[in-house]
Amino acid sequence: MSQTPATSSKPAAWRTTVVRVTGGVEFWTIPVAILLAFIVGGVLMVVAGVNPFDAYAALVNGAFGTTQHVADTLIEATPLALIGVGIALCFRGGIFNVGAEGQFLLGGMAAALVGQALGTAPSIVTLLGMAIAAMIAGAAWAGIAALLKVYLGASETLTTIMLTYVATYLVSYLLNGPAKDPASPLAQTAPLTSSGLLPALLPGTTLHVGIILAVVVAIAAHLFLRRRVGGFQLIATGLNPVAARSAGLPVRRIFISVFLASGALAGLAGMVQVAGVQGKMIVNLSPGYGYTAIVVALLGRSSPLGALFAALFFGALSAGGASMETSVGVPASLVTIVQYLTVLLVIAYTAFRTLRRPSRTAEGEE
Amino acid sequence: MTLSSTQNAAAEPILRVQDSTVRFGSVVANDRVSFDLKPGEIHALLGENGAGKTTLMRVLAGLLQPDEGTLFLSGTPTTFHSVADSSAAGIGMVHQHFMLVKTMTVAENVSLGLKSAGRFFPNIARVGRELRALSEQHGLALDPNARVSDLSIGQQQRVEILKTLYRGANILILDEPTAVLTPGETDSLLELLRSLTEQGTSIIFISHKLREIRAIADRVTVLRHGKSISTFSLDQTDDATLTSAMIGRDTAPAVYNATATVRPRLEAVPRLELHGLSVTDRRGHTTLDSISFSVQPGEIFGIAGVDGNGQSELADVLSGVRRASAGSLELDGTDISSLGVAARITSGIAHVPEDRQSTGLILDLSIADNLAMETVGIAPLSKRGTLDRAAVRENALRIISEFDIRCSGPDQAVRELSGGNQQKVLLARAVTRSPRVLIVSQPTRGVDLGAVENIHRQILELAASGCAVVLISTELDEVLALASRVAVIYSGALLATYDRADVDLGTIGMNMAGQAA
Repeated sequence: MSQTPATSSKPAAWRTTVVRVTGGVEFWTIPVAILLAFIVGGVLMVVAGVNPFDAYAALVNGAFGTTQHVADTLIEATPLALIGVGIALCFRGGIFNVGAEGQFLLGGMAAALVGQALGTAPSIVTLLGMAIAAMIAGAAWAGIAALLKVYLGASETLTTIMLTYVATYLVSYLLNGPAKDPASPLAQTAPLTSSGLLPALLPGTTLHVGIILAVVVAIAAHLFLRRRVGGFQLIATGLNPVAARSAGLPVRRIFISVFLASGALAGLAGMVQVAGVQGKMIVNLSPGYGYTAIVVALLGRSSPLGALFAALFFGALSAGGASMETSVGVPASLVTIVQYLTVLLVIAYTAFRTLRRPSRTAEGEE
Repeated sequence: MTLSSTQNAAAEPILRVQDSTVRFGSVVANDRVSFDLKPGEIHALLGENGAGKTTLMRVLAGLLQPDEGTLFLSGTPTTFHSVADSSAAGIGMVHQHFMLVKTMTVAENVSLGLKSAGRFFPNIARVGRELRALSEQHGLALDPNARVSDLSIGQQQRVEILKTLYRGANILILDEPTAVLTPGETDSLLELLRSLTEQGTSIIFISHKLREIRAIADRVTVLRHGKSISTFSLDQTDDATLTSAMIGRDTAPAVYNATATVRPRLEAVPRLELHGLSVTDRRGHTTLDSISFSVQPGEIFGIAGVDGNGQSELADVLSGVRRASAGSLELDGTDISSLGVAARITSGIAHVPEDRQSTGLILDLSIADNLAMETVGIAPLSKRGTLDRAAVRENALRIISEFDIRCSGPDQAVRELSGGNQQKVLLARAVTRSPRVLIVSQPTRGVDLGAVENIHRQILELAASGCAVVLISTELDEVLALASRVAVIYSGALLATYDRADVDLGTIGMNMAGQAA
């Protein structure tokens, strides 16, 4: 009988599920899910005629066996952690920014351009300039989707995906055209000077200081959620935007801010890859970090520290998977199966819990 | 299906409900409800919100099984285990919210889930031809190939009716069918229903609009508090009898608002004043029509009315969730129309929304967090943007004991509380801010009796301390028990305003049904 308005602002069930992955899942489910996924992976190896114990030994060795292997794991984990923390914050606010891939690429592009322009400046100036430019580029790209959502009600899931296509081809155009290194046949910028490169962390390995940055960002985000009024309001808004608005919380500003923050972190990850790994901007800067980071955020129960650990786990799997392929002959894609199976199991558990929760409209006449 | 002969007053009722009782936990939604439907009759069910109309309808549709009581179909005791049973027995439901797939055509919609159309490859052309014939027979003027999204609301409702007829229904149940219609569409619906009964269909017509019931129904059964009060022949009953049966004159509450008879101090400038507030929704319908009233400090101004007549819009406009399209709102003589929710909270307006679970509270958060929601940005709950968790907890502990909130502690999730205790959390959050104005909607909906008393006492005490209260409730008893002045809202406009002492239950009941005094 009541004609309740604004039903459109009520979050869909799947959104509720994802938001609840945060607090709703008991911690023990994660190791259990990982174990189950590894068992399934082992069964697949047996089917493929490989001894799973040999394969997993090679995987562990590839991830942690030598100092350089540990470095590989951490290097792979860095962009996933930076992007994943931003996406986790979005999830907490009920925002589904799935366009980190585009924000990451534009961040890398902006960092490379500024790095070239400031190539002769002192390293600290160049690196700061690159980081700021990358964060602005990522945030601006996310900001488009944020404004479309807040003022026009456009679904950010769609707009961020579309914007990723635009970003990908924009970067490809720049690298094949105006920003291309004339000295190279490849679609890439000219190499950065030494002042545009991140310092090494462990001498004798390729490990750069990016991982420190990722850890600092994750801890800062964690403290923000736990201790700051803004974090409190973000969580409240994510769980029930209608009630948050009704209690006077600045819901629109919260949505826009968290969107910008996650875009900035994705952009920063792009800068870290350019300045820490490649030394220039290349077309294939990302093997899908922006998408994998979504899964990292989910596996990390949308908590910043959880995302950090999930990124390390994924980093280890991806570093170890590569060496498993070369030493035992198991395709590295099997590791990808294990990665995503883990997440699928966690989500399935959460969805199951959400479905079993008693309906909230049980009482009353309507 | 049996098409009964028309105009046979002595005929066996085609459908009879005998002493049907439905309980939800401790709540009795239907308490020994009885009524019967004669062949070719239009029988109206009249009652306020929560009177049990919807429950009774769901029993008839096979969605609910009564705990006690019997259903007779043409004299034979019957049990419906599912909607399929009820529909096989010739009962068709037209819900208030249409169950249509908008992107599909009329014929496709009718074919959905219809086994006779063919399971994997429904013969939609055949269904369409048959629908066209049926539509012409009843004068429905519907094109089976029209896309539902292209049809008006009134036509979509005809599709629902046609769907039930095509499936062989000879008993139609319509739930508040006119709530969504324009006056013109309403007239043609009533005409259609009349012509259907002439062809042998029997109709149950659920409504709370007396005027329509009088225009269309043969008999009316009045429900109140889950009981069937009485069945009346409309040509032998006047409106006053019906409204007093509906609102229960004999059970009028004692006034336990001691201040209700005492005039609040009249200030030169009222605490809250509305000047012609209007709201127009996105489709251009006026949902709130030039509302003006003023509330003095210490006064409880009650707004009575049947649900869906603009109450939500009024509460939203007062709290700042929604902007008025015209008019202004003054707090102590200052125009606050342009302020948002947060600014209004700061200036002393508190709001208890009608739906505590979806717009009031955040169920997944703790009691402490919910209590902190509105004031978390200022001391003592936070300092320079950093939360003081100890203060948040302290605040919760104090409120929990002061308001007698039954819980395991401040960290318990609000979701786990009973409805009454959830409502106490919501009201306590507003009251402890010592607001200058409290807007409270449906404060006791779905709340147990003990909590009702607690909540009412809180509202009265707040008013006694000088707060101006706007109480919006569909429970007339509640408004009469608390308010010192009572206005009736109907179709988005205030139809009449009375001092509590001058309230005449008969008149106010008529107002609620849309008739001016």
